[in-house]
Amino acid sequence: MTYHAGSGHPGGSLSVTDLVTALVFHELRIDPEHPDWPDRDRLVLSKGHAAPALYSALAHRGFFDPKILPSLRELGSPLQGHVDHRKLPAVEASTGCLGQGIGMAVGMALDARLAKRPSRVYAIIGDGECQAGLTWEALMAGGHYALDNMVVLLDRNGLETDGKTEDLMGIEPIADKFRAFRYDTLEIDGHDFSAIIGALSHARASKGHPTAIVARTVKGKGVSFMENKHAWHGKAPNREEAERALAELGGSL
Amino acid sequence: MVERKTESLRDAYGQALVELGERDPTLVVLDADLSGSTRTALFGKRFPERFFNVGVMEPTMMTIASGLALGGRTVYASTFAVFAAGQAYNTVRQSVCYNRANVKIVATHGGLLVGGDGGTHQMLEDIALMRSLPGMTVVVPADGPSTRAATLAIAAFEGPAYVRLTRENLPVVTDGTFTLGRAGQLREGSDLTIVAIGAMLGRALDVAEELHQAGVEARVLDFASIKPADEKALIRAARETGAILTMEEHNVLTGLGTLVASATATTYPVPVRQVGVPDLFGESGDPWKLLDHYGLSQKRALDEAWALLQLRGKVS
Repeated sequence: MTYHAGSGHPGGSLSVTDLVTALVFHELRIDPEHPDWPDRDRLVLSKGHAAPALYSALAHRGFFDPKILPSLRELGSPLQGHVDHRKLPAVEASTGCLGQGIGMAVGMALDARLAKRPSRVYAIIGDGECQAGLTWEALMAGGHYALDNMVVLLDRNGLETDGKTEDLMGIEPIADKFRAFRYDTLEIDGHDFSAIIGALSHARASKGHPTAIVARTVKGKGVSFMENKHAWHGKAPNREEAERALAELGGSL
Repeated sequence: MVERKTESLRDAYGQALVELGERDPTLVVLDADLSGSTRTALFGKRFPERFFNVGVMEPTMMTIASGLALGGRTVYASTFAVFAAGQAYNTVRQSVCYNRANVKIVATHGGLLVGGDGGTHQMLEDIALMRSLPGMTVVVPADGPSTRAATLAIAAFEGPAYVRLTRENLPVVTDGTFTLGRAGQLREGSDLTIVAIGAMLGRALDVAEELHQAGVEARVLDFASIKPADEKALIRAARETGAILTMEEHNVLTGLGTLVASATATTYPVPVRQVGVPDLFGESGDPWKLLDHYGLSQKRALDEAWALLQLRGKVS
């Protein structure tokens, strides 16, 4: 998709793909036949630049035709560079500027609680995003309101646009920070499906506080020449690179 | 100067919120640690389960408001104008406007009349910031009755809105009606039009009265509905009176005056003069003395009115 678009964020899309897949295909109570079902669960991709990961999952889950996936970032396409729920209603919240999706998730979780709806709300945040003050404001609100219908998943790939998070502005000890903000906090391998699913079912049973899942991931996961390279945060592959990458992932252009 | 009864815009807002809360059991209100000042506390006392005082996190108040609104609720969020439009600008932009969330931002303490708190807190750029956002409705009521009407009016449509209120009590000058996209005409006249918002509307009426004593009849328009703007009323004013004076408690580079000038320029250009805050920050001081100090005095407005009349050859 990013090859066709000529720009985009392959690294952070690949690191979060397993988390998104586990959510969209296993955890979320959503129905492509009834996308407006009020009691559905909500997924907010606060790191909105990982749009390709979410678009792929939603398309293959039946929310829209996968044939439009190559139109990512094209004029007139519903597949905006950062996820946009007005253009693509299967997406729950338009995000992009970091630190905002998590607050929207807090609002959605409060809404569900007030309306006594069973909906659960999942927010995926990036680790560079954890440098933003907004993230901590929203996390504080989730903890204060004891939103046990909300789960925050951190895609902890360790890299951001300009390099390693810990070199730029360190966020560790990140799990302790979530705990201090009143989150039931788990640390898992974000590419181990049984660990992801186990953590999500733990969160479902956890009452009286929100859950945070620190998912240790690999930026560019699954593509040997992209893995752990911050240069692939915001750069699209050329044709040869895209072919090599898809061959490694078991696909083709 | 005509003596007029003054009323609190903030009280009118708080009371209107309670009214809305009774009407709509799903409506929620957010504040950021200023609920006593903004008067959202009135709603909070009546409907505690639907009131969220999030503390000092104005940008995130807007993101939370958006999340609540996307579930189908009408959400009101209040704080001071400098925080709502300034501190929270980009969350208002993305989480509220880009998402087209049904969030009504009612910001108190706009303009110089904040007084003693000084320039950091005297928001003079909010109309520019909020008016530039696609899909945002912008309203600046001039008195208590129109504040109540505007608070109710913005609940009647789905989509974001920004309302700017003044801290000081203001004279009651309107008949308490408010229609989005419609300028209210408070005085008829054919020699000149004065277009004013907020606290300046009372002064505009005083200027018009002084002109009347001198034999000049000024039309006075209440331009509370900044966006959508009543461009027809402006063009009619240009055509029928030939000159326009604008009065606002906002930076003159980017507020009501520039709106009026650009709306008339393309269709029926006439001289437009502005009374407003020059390109400056404010400072601490007695609220009403600050208005005079920054060039928003009645005398200054009168001078500008005479200058316009001279330009049009209506006086020698």
